[in-house]
Amino acid sequence: MPKNRFNGFTNYEIGIGLRAPHYEHILSRKPVVDWFEIISENFMIDGGRPLHVLDQILDQYKVVQHGVSMYFGSAEKPNREHLRRLKQLVKRTNTPWLSDHLCWGSVDGRYTHDLLPMPYTFEAARITAQKVREVRDFLEIPIAVENVSSYAEFHVSEMTEWEFLNEVVERADCGILLDVNNIYVSSQNHNFDPFTYVNSVPAERVAQIHIAGHSKFKKYILDTHDHPVLDPVWKLYERAIQRAGHTATLLEWDDSIPSFQEVHKEAMKANRFLAETTLAVAV
Amino acid sequence: MSAYAARYIKPNDRLTSFERLEIYNRQYWFRVLDSMAQDFPGLRAILGQRRFDGMCRAYLAECPSRSFTLRNLGARLETWLRRNPQWIRGKQSLALDMVRLEWADIEAFDGEAEPALHPEDLSGSSVPTLRLRVQPYVQLLELQYPVDDLALEVRHSEDTDFTSNVLTENRKSVKIQTIAALEPKQIFLVVHRIDLSVYFRRIEREEFLLLSVLRRGKTIARAIDLAFQRSSISEFDRGGYVRNCFQTWATLGWFCRPQKNARGEKVREK
Repeated sequence: MPKNRFNGFTNYEIGIGLRAPHYEHILSRKPVVDWFEIISENFMIDGGRPLHVLDQILDQYKVVQHGVSMYFGSAEKPNREHLRRLKQLVKRTNTPWLSDHLCWGSVDGRYTHDLLPMPYTFEAARITAQKVREVRDFLEIPIAVENVSSYAEFHVSEMTEWEFLNEVVERADCGILLDVNNIYVSSQNHNFDPFTYVNSVPAERVAQIHIAGHSKFKKYILDTHDHPVLDPVWKLYERAIQRAGHTATLLEWDDSIPSFQEVHKEAMKANRFLAETTLAVAV
Repeated sequence: MSAYAARYIKPNDRLTSFERLEIYNRQYWFRVLDSMAQDFPGLRAILGQRRFDGMCRAYLAECPSRSFTLRNLGARLETWLRRNPQWIRGKQSLALDMVRLEWADIEAFDGEAEPALHPEDLSGSSVPTLRLRVQPYVQLLELQYPVDDLALEVRHSEDTDFTSNVLTENRKSVKIQTIAALEPKQIFLVVHRIDLSVYFRRIEREEFLLLSVLRRGKTIARAIDLAFQRSSISEFDRGGYVRNCFQTWATLGWFCRPQKNARGEKVREK
């Protein structure tokens, strides 16, 4: 796994999203998992069972924090109370890097709890990068921004999504959480070649990769995280790690969550591609 | 709205601008209504699904989320319902009691727990002038209906709803019967946690007053004075009653260890 300044010079392998239905299994069976990804907001609380479970997980596993509400693309400044709570959690988990989405989702302090697509303009890139820098400076850990899946595009966009992602991460000098499922979903909804996207990302900035399942509807694809990873997404994953090397990889499964064993088995499929990449590098 | 959407959003070969925007609109409402239904199953049982959904839509239109977490989505529901009683007409007290209980449940689940008080923390203290602090996660409720039983019944039925259609129908019927049969009866309730699980504990009026007054920062002596005003407990029995109460509450960990000042000294009553 490539150590770099965007993943805190770690070499994490395959991780699994920590979800409440699996708490009991994980704590009682102690399965072999390299690391767990937590949704930060679920643990930015004052007490009770979630934090107790987290502390037990932290005793035995490495944990990486992933957020869903920083809204780097929203025009307003980062919420100080949000940042304060997030920093408390960062100190608790010792997460080597922290990720959140390249999107917006709040206006004037009102939250949509959604990951809304951005207009791909230079002005938006400048504002977003500034916010990423502010958050990184406050939290004092590397930040990785994740590309979101989307169902709409804006007339005002001045560049493609991958050009926008590159513009933001270069300006912010931050890492990328490359979600290959999101790239696939958006490619089908917006008619672009997903490999062009993967091939355009600055590989040296990739701190982590997300894989997940999605749902196909008649006229669009929805990012539902309720299925195993589909073949086209595995192909994108294969290409991504050819470029970025062995990268910390996380399977997201957030709805219709099956048994821990099933999620674990699905995540471990990534090993097949990682092994091939290792072989190719060795040759 | 179609024209408005078209000004900002590109159509594609399968969807118009409005249809693309509508995907987000549907997802928004699905997400927030699902969150409200998870947090307020008892209120949903009282109002019925359709009225509950309508109420939630009206509430969220006026009180959209102002928090980074969906956990706080229902924080203003009780206040909003008091201003908009048409949504709970005919069941006002029952519905408000249920909202208060279900919100207290959320607060008790992940509220802060300070280090609990131990007997040695009180050594050398003058008990009457002590100000004991109640744990932040402990919620005190005075209710007009015994909604604790109803809330547990609703949860039990929802936990088992998935097993079969027949059982679902039976449970729905039980739920409706339970709500219809619920008579007003004043209760005093503590929503608290033991070993990280939330419990409802009914207490007597005097206990409720004692705890409420202590939570307001008053001394033990003042709390006792206020708790026994108009009490049916005889003066002779009050000493033992208070001792038992404090023993139980301390065992349950409801009191916080006294705060210390910057020099590490206990903060005492002057």
